[in-house]
Amino acid sequence: MNEQRFRLFAGGRIDRERAVRFDFDGERYTGFAGDTVASALLAHGVHLVGRSFKYHRPRGILSAGAEEPNALLQVGRGAYTLPNQRATQVELYAGLSATSQNRWPSLRFDAGAVSSLLSPLFPAGFYYKTFMWPPSFWLRHYEPLIRRAAGLGRSPTEPDPDRYEKMHVHCDVLVVGAGAAGLAAALSAGRTGARVMLADEQSEPGGWLLGSKTAIDDAPAVEWIASALEDLRSMPEVRVLPRTTVTGYYDHNYLVALERVGDHLPPGTGGARPRQRLWKIRARQVVLATGAHERPLVFRNNDRPGIMLAGAARQYVNRYAVRPGESAVVVTNNDSAYPAAIDLSDCGMQVHIVDVRSRPPEAMAAAARQRSIEIFAGHALVAAHGHARVREVTLASLDAARTGYTGTPRRLSCDLVAMSGGLNPAVHLFSQSRGRIVYSPERGCFVPGESVQAERSAGAANGTFPLAYCLSEGREAGKAAAAAAGFRKRGGLRSPKVEGEREQPAEAWWISPPSRAGAPLNKHFVDFQNDVSAADIALAAREGYRSVEHVKRYTTTGMGTDQGKTSNTNAIAIISQTLGVDPSQVGVTTFRPPYTPLTFGALAGRDIGELADPVRTTPMHDWHLAHGAAFEDVGQWKRPWYYPAAGESMQDAVDRECLAARNAIGILDATTLGKIDIQGADAAEFLDRIYTNGFRKLAPGRCRYGLMCGEDGMVFDDGVTARLADRHFLMSTTTGGAARVLAWLEEWSQTEWPELEVYFNSVTEQYAVASISGPFARALLEELATGIDLGPEALPFMSWGEGRVAGIPARIVRVSFTGESSFEINVPSDYGLYLWTTLMRAGARYGITPFGTEAMHVLRAEKGFIIAGQDTDGTVTPDDLGLGRMVSRHKDFIGKRSLARPDCRRADRKQLVGLLTEDPQTVLPEGAQIVDRVLPRPPMKMIGHVTSSYFSANLGRSIALALLRGGRERHGERVVLPLPKRRVAATVTAPVFYDEQGERLRA
Amino acid sequence: MLLIHCPWCGPRNEDEFSYGGEAHIVRPAAPEAESDAQWADYLFMRTNRKGLNLERWVHTHGCGRWFNVARDTVTHRIEAVYGMGEAPPVQSRGGG
Repeated sequence: MNEQRFRLFAGGRIDRERAVRFDFDGERYTGFAGDTVASALLAHGVHLVGRSFKYHRPRGILSAGAEEPNALLQVGRGAYTLPNQRATQVELYAGLSATSQNRWPSLRFDAGAVSSLLSPLFPAGFYYKTFMWPPSFWLRHYEPLIRRAAGLGRSPTEPDPDRYEKMHVHCDVLVVGAGAAGLAAALSAGRTGARVMLADEQSEPGGWLLGSKTAIDDAPAVEWIASALEDLRSMPEVRVLPRTTVTGYYDHNYLVALERVGDHLPPGTGGARPRQRLWKIRARQVVLATGAHERPLVFRNNDRPGIMLAGAARQYVNRYAVRPGESAVVVTNNDSAYPAAIDLSDCGMQVHIVDVRSRPPEAMAAAARQRSIEIFAGHALVAAHGHARVREVTLASLDAARTGYTGTPRRLSCDLVAMSGGLNPAVHLFSQSRGRIVYSPERGCFVPGESVQAERSAGAANGTFPLAYCLSEGREAGKAAAAAAGFRKRGGLRSPKVEGEREQPAEAWWISPPSRAGAPLNKHFVDFQNDVSAADIALAAREGYRSVEHVKRYTTTGMGTDQGKTSNTNAIAIISQTLGVDPSQVGVTTFRPPYTPLTFGALAGRDIGELADPVRTTPMHDWHLAHGAAFEDVGQWKRPWYYPAAGESMQDAVDRECLAARNAIGILDATTLGKIDIQGADAAEFLDRIYTNGFRKLAPGRCRYGLMCGEDGMVFDDGVTARLADRHFLMSTTTGGAARVLAWLEEWSQTEWPELEVYFNSVTEQYAVASISGPFARALLEELATGIDLGPEALPFMSWGEGRVAGIPARIVRVSFTGESSFEINVPSDYGLYLWTTLMRAGARYGITPFGTEAMHVLRAEKGFIIAGQDTDGTVTPDDLGLGRMVSRHKDFIGKRSLARPDCRRADRKQLVGLLTEDPQTVLPEGAQIVDRVLPRPPMKMIGHVTSSYFSANLGRSIALALLRGGRERHGERVVLPLPKRRVAATVTAPVFYDEQGERLRA
Repeated sequence: MLLIHCPWCGPRNEDEFSYGGEAHIVRPAAPEAESDAQWADYLFMRTNRKGLNLERWVHTHGCGRWFNVARDTVTHRIEAVYGMGEAPPVQSRGGG
């Protein structure tokens, strides 16, 4: 189908030299560069492009812009496909492939349309009323049913092959919209030298001027646009962004815009450029010149394909050189439809005008009659007829009360209805900025009220519609915005000369009465995208809904992806008529970002894949990789989880590593543990206040295990702190808690105790740490160490010393998380890998075995050592862990007073216990619940839960740690844990399974 | 996205900062002497003001310093920024 039967021979902003092939629903078409999918389809006479959401009614192209509720297409193939694209905004590119949505099996014959016949059964609130009960039906039946029936487009299922970028910018004046007012604003702001950004959503600036025949300075408007752009380009501080939609207006003049850099190019041909760019803009001042959207009129079957907005019809004729039909009925409540009627007539269509006003504008009416356009004044459209395309309308003369008709209705055949219900300023961004929208009775629309942020609206966005006023208001807004940002320039800009276009305001007319009194209004559509009719809104009002926010949610009007750009004002008007109140009393809904939908790709930008989050690795990482380690993510760190040998399962590897650590030597990369260097005259005093136990008396050369609580008395981190010198400590934290603990120390130091002299520095990455454990650990270290006595008297458990290991300066700390005699060797990071490989080589004859975090967890659980964050969860006190002895009675510390609260002293608090399953081979799942009494099905009273659980190769059986109510008093009791399809019995024990006296540790 | 004037680094985007809750909540000098009710009040009770709120912020992804901010919780307007331990230059407004 290559014949563009409805294309005009001349005019328009299209390039007839560049034909562009595309397909729609499998049919091939040709358009021109400069077309949108909508204009190209209309050039072929295609109006039917989709089916409606609820009733599957055939729908056509309503608008020529962002407000489009009907013509939503699936565009692009495979990984490039995007759903719900507005055909009115999608620029044509070679090979574009679009399909209609929400129809099965085909657009012309849609099985779902049967629901249209049932529409009396789908009233407002239908979903709420019907799909509520029983609740179990929702997930299994209703939701899939609704999703399938309602389905908008499909999201792509393959990874996104495109690249997206983000820009962060500051400017003095951001002008949103490059129509007449926006261009004028940018010109007057730009000439002051202010840094100006002008963002416009269309492919070329100009707004509605691109589709009008208006003259500025006695020349076509496009010439004025071109010269304005030339002026702007000559200003070095001005940046013009076409194809850029400002989608969000947030606090403190922070705005987000989406630039469609490559959406108008065939997929994959943009080269190095991203597909889209997300701009995050902090603007000193904002000028909103976002224009206006035309309102539809509400009459029976006003949703038939071939019925479009009058302004849109004018755009298609003038901008895209498309004749949208053969014979048009233009129906209006205002003057703006007259130029549209004239343009339609001038391109060869037969035109009738139906004006609900009894006195049409004289000059315009005369110009129309000159073209043999018949005008039916004081008439309204009763109904449209036709199914897949309008073919006829019924009109009738309105009676004196304007609530019914007089005389004989008459029929006019037509294939286009161009309707105009007046203009709605596009107040979306103003509303997002928290400004209140107010109803203007003179203009019959909602306009911006008082500004809340550093912002002003200009032109149609401000309810100022005549071109001459748009230009002057834009100019003044730009000048004022620049001045407010500190930029002024003497001398005014000349006002461009504009043809006199004095329009009468629209008559407040919203909805055609039914053909006979009392007939239903269920085909008088208000919200096209969500299939909400005037009857639905009236029903909601009758059922007691008064606030527009409630009516909106009950009827779903304005809740589609278009956010009701064409429907909200009509809905409010109908509510106000039904309730007999003024529209201002009904109120307005709050517009939310985004103005038009954004892709997730744009929001994610480059923060995907390996750039989503930084990865931290230790100096020994390459060795772990080379030796086949499986890794575990701990915070941002990659830690070896276990090191499987050939043919080993995870359990095999962990068993082998655990046995080696107790019987030979195990070696662990402990670099990731948080290390905080603490110095200052009051460092000891500060630590005394932070830890539950005392640190002031800790001697230099010694270490102490400390517990930290929040002010609520709950344990939040633990670790060993070494006193390096009188005023110098080195604190270790859990791997995941390092940043949090440092922030915690800083907070208390800066906000509560600024009088204490103490300084903190993270030194986690300054030192690499290899920890060796096991009966031969000392023997190995003695071979490599110089300048330090490693004997148990010289370097006892919980002390540290300095010397050299393999020639490297090292700090050796006698701490143990495995329960074996252990040496933690700290060396400058650059030596980490050398230290590790030297230890591995020298340790070979002792059977040195690297172990990962899993074996570490098993070994520490055998000893009953907790992991903060695994065995604690923010509700656990030191005493709950059996560490009450670590709570000092002689000093205050953070959280101490809370431990005396009655709730912290209850005997039936959850306390740490061990669990031994009756079947020693059964390993309980972590998180399993201990119940008071097993019942056939939940709910059961839960009295505890498993926090850590492993198979211990050293013990030849499973072990678990659990938090159990009153657990310390229950040692020896049998408890039951119900699991899916089975239950496990276990005996409560002390939370230590190995070397209870700690002799191995101190050896 | 608020624009917060860090006293040390100047105006920066909100996402460089962390919120630290209501300001000027004094930790009792002798916690042991507090009744359970008094302690609970210190620990848990906050004003949740609708209006000008005095609150703490920290420039987490910047200089790391804590400071106070007087911010209107309705309009998000920031009326003052002042140091830890300083008296507020404006009075809080609005009920809690």
